[in-house]
Amino acid sequence: MAIHKGRGFACINYPIGMNLGGDPAQALVHSTPDGKFMVALSAIDLGQGMKSVTRQIASETLGVPVEDVYVDTADSDTGPHDMGSFASRGTHRVGNAVIRASAEARKQMLEAAAEELEVNASDLDTDGKGNIHVKGAPSRSITVADTAMAAQFKQGRTLAGRGIFLIPPSDADAETGEMTPVTCFAHAALVIDLEVDDETGDVEVKEINSAYEVGRALNPKLVEQQLIGGAWMGVSHALYETTEPQYPKRDHGPQDFNTYLMPGPGQIVPHNIAVLERPAEDAPFGGKGPGEMCANPVLPAVANAIYNAVGIRCDRLPITPEKILRGLRANGGARPQQVR
Amino acid sequence: MARTPLTFTLNDAETGVFVVPGSNLLDVLRRGAGDLTPKQGCAQGTCGSCTVLIDGVPHLSCLTLAETVEGRRIDTTGGLAGGPDLHPLQQAVMEGFAAQCGFCTAGMLMAAKALLDRTPNPTRDEVIEAISGNLCRCTGYEPIVDAILTASARMQGRTA
Ligand code: FES
Ligand code: FES
Repeated sequence: MAIHKGRGFACINYPIGMNLGGDPAQALVHSTPDGKFMVALSAIDLGQGMKSVTRQIASETLGVPVEDVYVDTADSDTGPHDMGSFASRGTHRVGNAVIRASAEARKQMLEAAAEELEVNASDLDTDGKGNIHVKGAPSRSITVADTAMAAQFKQGRTLAGRGIFLIPPSDADAETGEMTPVTCFAHAALVIDLEVDDETGDVEVKEINSAYEVGRALNPKLVEQQLIGGAWMGVSHALYETTEPQYPKRDHGPQDFNTYLMPGPGQIVPHNIAVLERPAEDAPFGGKGPGEMCANPVLPAVANAIYNAVGIRCDRLPITPEKILRGLRANGGARPQQVR
Repeated sequence: MARTPLTFTLNDAETGVFVVPGSNLLDVLRRGAGDLTPKQGCAQGTCGSCTVLIDGVPHLSCLTLAETVEGRRIDTTGGLAGGPDLHPLQQAVMEGFAAQCGFCTAGMLMAAKALLDRTPNPTRDEVIEAISGNLCRCTGYEPIVDAILTASARMQGRTA
């Protein structure tokens, strides 16, 4: 009886979004009379950072401080339409819509400021700190707050913008089946080191090393966190999680958190990440986002590492101790593929 | 159904509510006292998101009979910050990106507070044990463990 070390590799090309009906997303931006900007979305932040990233994108495009931008993702009844949080599309689709809405609102803002300063809007620029000034003459300036106030109470003008992003809809060619399902891909490569106990069938993941190419990392800390948390979920799916009964009767299936297995804080796996930034041309400031692929490559890499360790090719998830022990019995014992 | 009066201290405030006998403490805190910081993840004692301190000891409020807290002191995440100043645990969670969806966070914070109240300089393993009854679906736990260690260090005037 022995512990066998194994190493497994997997890599992934991950499509950003999908092309059903062009996968549209909308955004609406408007200012309050005191020069703060509201971004209304129906895209949902469920922890991945949608609100933070769209806030950054709006602030950058508008040319106002990030503290002066608020993102509201409250309600699909009242918000502008969005397809949803899926297909790793959020940063790309919603970010692009936010850029367009913010650009239109910025145009309104500069026109209102131009009227106050009695100059051409094209001669104006923002300093990103809440001021609008004449290019090359920073002293001829007006604050964003005063501009918004004048627009609201003097000029009768809204500082608002609408944005929609739609990728060119593409149907499959009837002859060849060819189509353009997505406009850009993200990529990752991941190595798992683990140990398999051939007596108990237990697998312990020891280390994860990964490289992710996500376009520009618009918020590097959020990217890293999403990758760490996602890899944890990948390990969990590979080795533990299933809603199927592990034994034949349905009654033996997990019905709640008591019996649905997940690794806990005692099973933290060290994870070293390299984030490579290859900004995508049609992405907001080049950001594609990690999305679902933070979890996906972990599963095949674990399966490959188990094969490498004991020679069992498991094609059903999760790879439970029982499956390993059955595989070992069928193989007449462990067959390490390569001694490490 | 007849309701019975229940009084307790909730984060320094004397609190009185009428409860349906047999209610669990989580319901009473959220619906009766209006403190929405403890979360209901499972209502069966497995996720820890409803963790509150009763006289300083962490309890799963979803499994606690409300009447048992008569006259006692309850601490929830709602009472952690002192006005605009975040508690060092909250600060460390925020800076360390230790919350994604945030659903587990309130329970994690209370489990961590109970630990630091009794063990101001915990080891990593003690932190892990202290939060082992709390599930997190998003972070992979490591940022949470790191944040608790950071907060402990800051509260003791050390660097983590
Ligand atoms: S809600 Fe109390 S433990 Fe889950
Ligand atoms: S941050 Fe989502 S469950 Fe912990």
